[in-house]
Amino acid sequence: MSNLSRRKLITTGLAATAGVAGLGVAARLAQKYGLVPPDHGGFYGLGETLTYASQRLLTRHSLAREFSRSQISKPPFANEILPLNDAFKRLQAGAFVDWRLSIDGMVDRPATFSLAQLKSYPSRSQITMVQCEEGWSYVAEWIGVPLSHVLNLVGVHPQARYVAYFSIQPDWWESMDMADALHPQTFLTYGMNGGELPVGNGGPLRMRLPRQLGYKSVKFITHLTVTDSMKGFGRGLGSASPEGGYAWYAGI
Amino acid sequence: MATSESVRQPLGASVPSSSSSVPITTITSRHSALVRITHWITTLCFLALLVSGIEIVISHPRFYWGETGNVLTTPLFKLPIPSSRNLVPTGYGYVLPDQNGWSRYLHFQAAWIAVLTGLLYVISSLFTGHLRKDLLPGKADLSWRAFLTTTANHLRFKRPSAAEAWSYNLLQRLSYLFVIFFLFPLVIWTGLAMSPAFVSAFPATVTLLGGQQSARTIHFFVSLTLVLFLTVHVIMIFLAGFWTRMRAMITGRAASPPMERT
Repeated sequence: MSNLSRRKLITTGLAATAGVAGLGVAARLAQKYGLVPPDHGGFYGLGETLTYASQRLLTRHSLAREFSRSQISKPPFANEILPLNDAFKRLQAGAFVDWRLSIDGMVDRPATFSLAQLKSYPSRSQITMVQCEEGWSYVAEWIGVPLSHVLNLVGVHPQARYVAYFSIQPDWWESMDMADALHPQTFLTYGMNGGELPVGNGGPLRMRLPRQLGYKSVKFITHLTVTDSMKGFGRGLGSASPEGGYAWYAGI
Repeated sequence: MATSESVRQPLGASVPSSSSSVPITTITSRHSALVRITHWITTLCFLALLVSGIEIVISHPRFYWGETGNVLTTPLFKLPIPSSRNLVPTGYGYVLPDQNGWSRYLHFQAAWIAVLTGLLYVISSLFTGHLRKDLLPGKADLSWRAFLTTTANHLRFKRPSAAEAWSYNLLQRLSYLFVIFFLFPLVIWTGLAMSPAFVSAFPATVTLLGGQQSARTIHFFVSLTLVLFLTVHVIMIFLAGFWTRMRAMITGRAASPPMERT
């Protein structure tokens, strides 16, 4: 073996060892700092983890772009919704007076809120874009109470890592990490463009996360669970989206 | 004035026409291992990005300019294809199957690998001299006459001289530089400008482009330009000799090493 090839072999070996060790350390650190998404397994886990980890590092406190009132899309757009179930129709017949949002899981005081209660808390509004993974988009004014306000009322445990949220419609649920849950633009939304939130846009209550694509902004919210792991929910991939082939994290 | 032709003519003439008369050298390789590996990883990633990109576009084959666009707004243009969503009025009367889930997963995975591979290629090219020696045109080559000569040869579909198996000609150098330092960065930028989380941290990346829908439209046209490059690239490989060029990019060996380099 010539000197050259021996040197090459040693450097390559060292580089490979350093690479593997580096990856191991990176994986440990990523796990520790909550940079690994629940759908990190499988063939696309690498890309999904890199996207989530890098965007979480870059955007932990960044604010979604807000637009001027003149940029609100006219006519207002509403995406198609599946036929509403009987439970929804019954509540709709009663003008949503009996609509309830329940919160449980890792909280000090599990509670149930009516729409009137949610509307009695300090109301905020944002003019932000809804972007669909398909490619279309629109801008609207969203009015609601920041999710962080309600989470503070129920007292979230320090070890909480995710907030799972459920629609009254079957098999429609998502989850977000605490960076999004405590983000000032994450709203429990009950109003739009100065009025009530139309049913077509998710009324009477829709989750809004303007830093993620539209499918994370689940419509007709009735239930939240605070948890430290998404393993026990569905197939443990974080939400219904990965079970249907879509990424859990939708910041891109 | 020394044009590329006058420099290369004697070199090309001195190269034996038959590869059998000169043993293939393994010391000098046409393309370094790094160039070959990054080339094929980029190829795989590009094809993955192309297929998944087409699938994503099918879900909304309409393009807009500005910040927003949806089926209620007037598009800049529409692709004359059916959509994978029944909400999009295409006039075809049928809806293609939804492929967006895996397409989006694959698109971003391939983008990550392509970006990391591209960074490795560009940074190492700076250190190894690949960028300076093989890609940046030499002073003598960078003249209108040389440009017109190579362009005319290309337009006449003239088979490249033997010397060109060992060095990129001016048009090649310029188009590779254009792809590496303009099209690739622009396609990455316009891609990121569509990410609501990315632009929350770097809003100028989308406002400079004229809005999120503008970014999507530019992303589409840059992708088309890259497909055009790929098409010409593959045609040129067939014209120059498919197997010798493939061998050079896979094993690094070229049939006839020029005298100066052995």
